[in-house]
Amino acid sequence: MIFVEKINKSFGEENVLKDVSVTFEEGKTNLIIGASGSGKTVLLKAIAGLHGIDSGRILYDDIVFSALNDQARKVIHKQTGMLFQGAALFDFATVEENVRFPLDFFTGWTAAEKRERVAYCLNRVNLYGVENKYPSELSGGMQKRVGIARAIVMNPKYLFCDEPNSGLDPQTAILIDRLISDITHEFHMTTIINTHDMNSVMAIGEKVVFIYKGEKAWEGPPGDIFQTGNKELNDFVFASEMAKMLQQVRS
Amino acid sequence: MIRNLLLQTGQYVLLMKRVFRKPEKWSIFWKQYIAETEKLGLSSVSLIGIISLAIGAVLVIQTSYNIENPFIPKMYVGYMVRESMILEFSCTMVALILAGKVGSNISSEIGTMRLTEQIDAMEMMGINSANYLILPKIAAACVFNPVLMLFSFMVGIIGGWLIVALTGMITLSQYTTGLRFAFNGFYVVYAISKMVVFSFIMVSVAASYGYKPKDSSLEVGRASTRSIVASCLLILIADLMLTQLLLN
Repeated sequence: MIFVEKINKSFGEENVLKDVSVTFEEGKTNLIIGASGSGKTVLLKAIAGLHGIDSGRILYDDIVFSALNDQARKVIHKQTGMLFQGAALFDFATVEENVRFPLDFFTGWTAAEKRERVAYCLNRVNLYGVENKYPSELSGGMQKRVGIARAIVMNPKYLFCDEPNSGLDPQTAILIDRLISDITHEFHMTTIINTHDMNSVMAIGEKVVFIYKGEKAWEGPPGDIFQTGNKELNDFVFASEMAKMLQQVRS
Repeated sequence: MIRNLLLQTGQYVLLMKRVFRKPEKWSIFWKQYIAETEKLGLSSVSLIGIISLAIGAVLVIQTSYNIENPFIPKMYVGYMVRESMILEFSCTMVALILAGKVGSNISSEIGTMRLTEQIDAMEMMGINSANYLILPKIAAACVFNPVLMLFSFMVGIIGGWLIVALTGMITLSQYTTGLRFAFNGFYVVYAISKMVVFSFIMVSVAASYGYKPKDSSLEVGRASTRSIVASCLLILIADLMLTQLLLN
């Protein structure tokens, strides 16, 4: 479980997160949704420790993560996997070296053991025969899958995904969503996904948090989104023409 | 402006504090160190060689042209080439050339990694990215650049020798007598010391500019340019200070 308690974050004069409190549940795919510039990426990066916070607390189970120093945070980070928006694969390394990277640092395994673990993770994300390729030789969807393989290679307790299907075609996006959801349940991780894709919300969301102008405007299961009277959430969810038509059909 | 300068200095010091930590694994550090030595040092050998050869030759021509007085022995041409190369060209000028070549490389490489979130990815794995990326570069430059400096010195001397042999403006015997005349071994120590300091400046400054958070590729380019300007200025200031400290 990850608990966020009344966190605030400003960049200069701009208050990006305002008193946000939310609980992300273990073994579930927790989704943060909101329009571009609403503060959802800042929230995810604050939870991950990549942005400092001005006030409030972030707890990983019973550990107050926001109060830890750099050295102590490293222990938590070793139990965390993150998939970045652009996959953030290392240009200088092959696919195998990318996935093996944390193993090289934090395990005393033999080369054969590492190779076996890398192969397992790559196969888990349906990638075969790409070990010796460089990230620039892969498609966007494949890069994302390598990113997921790298994120799970250390068997993390927590998985963060920043816009996992941005820039992907609908079919690949569904594949990536399904993969993250399956991995979350298989390894019983606390997964937080940052997205503005409503297909993801309906397909894999188990808990949804809606951020509007830096504030938590709504939270609940995805099924409740259509019943809510929250104007901002309705405007966000039914922004597309197709969604508007569906809403008319439903009503 | 002063506030900005203080802010940048503070950020630089904090970054160096993260850089100079014990590496997570020494085996990975040594692997990186060798790779950086090749990338930052060995790849510059030909450039430094060509420039040093030309400068050595030019120094001979210029010095010889300026020593018209029959009371000044011609062997002073060799002496002047040696002193100019070891005291200033092979360390300070080579450092300025490397600050441009290597500095822009480091700044843009780390800057691009920052922009594409590769540095964040390392941090999320629990890896001290500053230590992993910057420390091997500093170590490689501080160890290899003095070797590059000695190489530049030797090639400069050879450049002078070649021009003497080709033009006959002075005799080879006068040139070699000048090279051996009143040699002060401390000058080599002085030049090596300067090069170590300059290497630290060029790499750490370029890395600190690259490491700062960025929002666009334009900022990567700007950081690269600024890092070269800052490195060159700091190298010149350090040159003044070290010369005053070590030679007085």
